[in-house]
Amino acid sequence: MNTVTLNEAGRLAALQEMRRDPTVWVLGEDVARGGLWGQYKGFLDEFGPTRVVSTPISESTIMGAGLGAALVGTRPIIEMRIFDFVMCAMDELVNQVAKVRYMFGGQAKPAVTIRMPHGMWRNSAAQHSQMLEAWFTHLPGVTVVCPSSAEDEAGLLVTAIRSDDPVLFFDAKDLWGVEGQVAEIGAIEPIPFGKARVVREGTDLTIVTWSAMVPEAQRAVSELAEAGISTDLIDLRTLWPWDVDTVCASVETTRRMLVTHEATEVGGFGGEVVATVIDRLGPQSLKAVGRLGAPRVPIPFSPPLETAMRVTAGDIVAKAQHMVSAE
Amino acid sequence: MAEIEAAWPPPSAGSNTQRLRALYRAMCRIRAFEEAALEAHKVGEVPGPLHVSIGQEGVAAGVCANLRVDDRLTSNHRGHGHALAKGAEAGRMFLELFGRSGGYCGGKGGSMHIADFSVGMLGANGVVAGGIPIAVGAAQGLKLLGQDSVATCFFGDGAVNRGPFLEGLNWAALYQLPVLFVCEDNGVAAFTEAKSVTAGAGITPRSEALGVPATTVDGNDVVAVDEVAGRLVAEIRFGGGPRLLHAETFRWTGHTSTDPAAWRDPDAVAAGKAGDPIARLKTRLIETGAIEADLAAVQTAAAAEMAEARAAANAAPWPEAAAIFSDVQDIGAVVGGTAE
Repeated sequence: MNTVTLNEAGRLAALQEMRRDPTVWVLGEDVARGGLWGQYKGFLDEFGPTRVVSTPISESTIMGAGLGAALVGTRPIIEMRIFDFVMCAMDELVNQVAKVRYMFGGQAKPAVTIRMPHGMWRNSAAQHSQMLEAWFTHLPGVTVVCPSSAEDEAGLLVTAIRSDDPVLFFDAKDLWGVEGQVAEIGAIEPIPFGKARVVREGTDLTIVTWSAMVPEAQRAVSELAEAGISTDLIDLRTLWPWDVDTVCASVETTRRMLVTHEATEVGGFGGEVVATVIDRLGPQSLKAVGRLGAPRVPIPFSPPLETAMRVTAGDIVAKAQHMVSAE
Repeated sequence: MAEIEAAWPPPSAGSNTQRLRALYRAMCRIRAFEEAALEAHKVGEVPGPLHVSIGQEGVAAGVCANLRVDDRLTSNHRGHGHALAKGAEAGRMFLELFGRSGGYCGGKGGSMHIADFSVGMLGANGVVAGGIPIAVGAAQGLKLLGQDSVATCFFGDGAVNRGPFLEGLNWAALYQLPVLFVCEDNGVAAFTEAKSVTAGAGITPRSEALGVPATTVDGNDVVAVDEVAGRLVAEIRFGGGPRLLHAETFRWTGHTSTDPAAWRDPDAVAAGKAGDPIARLKTRLIETGAIEADLAAVQTAAAAEMAEARAAANAAPWPEAAAIFSDVQDIGAVVGGTAE
């Protein structure tokens, strides 16, 4: 095990899989130079320009060509550079990638991993900061992965690349520097999709979150502990499939659940988590339920404005305290 | 280039009667398929939209005659001819058009999404230009795998105004990928005259500007299509990079089967129909000694084959309702509304 950043963890996992399987390759803007975020550093030297393909700024074709290459038996890693740019490839993602297997009666195997670094990062404003992961949980045919730790970045990326399904892999830009323990190349084990990580155990309240909101929630949970509130903190890690069992088991104990995410609260995945848990356990099983996401506004540029629309540890603490004391 | 010159022309091209008869039969089968499908649609046997390519058969037949079974193909919404010419079975196509069990997509795709991966047909597409990036990527994948297969992509004149056309051609030229782009220029983009919405000097200059050498051919002359496509496919297969074949043809019908095309100029339609690729090849075959009755028998046999396929589709069972849950995805599949 080595202490590495989340960014390096992703790099090591991709490197491992490209060494392991000669049909794995990566395409996207600037990937031969290591990628915008350095997540493919050294790949060109090792694998050459046929497997490490720097592309034109042609998002439709980055996505569509990745799909076409998968249909002849390769396993492309499709790098979108910044999540927001996938909007330029929406036909290829929604109408093609997500549909071919079903629409063609099972003949197609769209084994693509689509990496989309998302979220707010250093005041990048409205078109470079979004978290729209909830959109894609609404889209049959794809899986949605949102890791928050270096360990999960590595293990989930290994699973993604080996999967025959299209995997939407949301790297959290704000967490590139988060450190964790990752095995040597060759020993990075896949982490199954649909299994949540219990970050911290508690008895009074369940907090469910994912991606860049995990560290924020961790800070909130520490504050809550000081205030005498014991919190079960669950990182879903994957939003489709998601670990209903772990969340429900926790809520059966705590009887209170708060779902929080960086994305806009309205129409966010938090609503799906709440509805599913109430459906499964019955409304009487919950003493309090809530969700906390961003206000329904585009992401502003100016630092104080961006800060004003972020969900913070303080917001989580306030909401949690209210939920616990409101009975 | 020397290798390309040596390989061209293929021994069976042009004057070879066997080849011309095969092209004739291929076109007759496409025509018969679509006439039967139209009739079936009219009486409610085919659900959903149906886009036929009657009048354009020369392009599909002429191009696909030069493709191997391991060559790949992507098609568009008007793709029955492409699938048939690539080797898909008419019977399974009819089952799919009818939404029945046993169809190529198990009834989940229909007319616009016919695919037969076993013959390299990677699917028709309901989105104009949607097949272009996929074909380009297939070619890139084939190159990566070290295979000498070629990817062919059929699209219409309307597709050249979509971004994926511009991106895809640039991309194919950039990486010198083995792709044959086939623009079936039937003059109309859905209900609009293509020229009225396409600026610049035309499709071939646009292609050349993106680095893809382009050739225009009379798409209603299947012999010419066959010869030019044969040359282009050989150039591509020998590493020459992508090519675009601009095939001028004519769509006899409206946009969909329910569009009577009353908006079209009757004189232009009559003139267009006069260029019938099947009739033209028939004349040529008779001039070179074929017996008219033999050629009529080919047409009769094609009509009988399609009538039989239609009847079989009508008699086939519907898919089981449980099929809605299969082939969505492996991980996170949903069964009966509950996540596994």
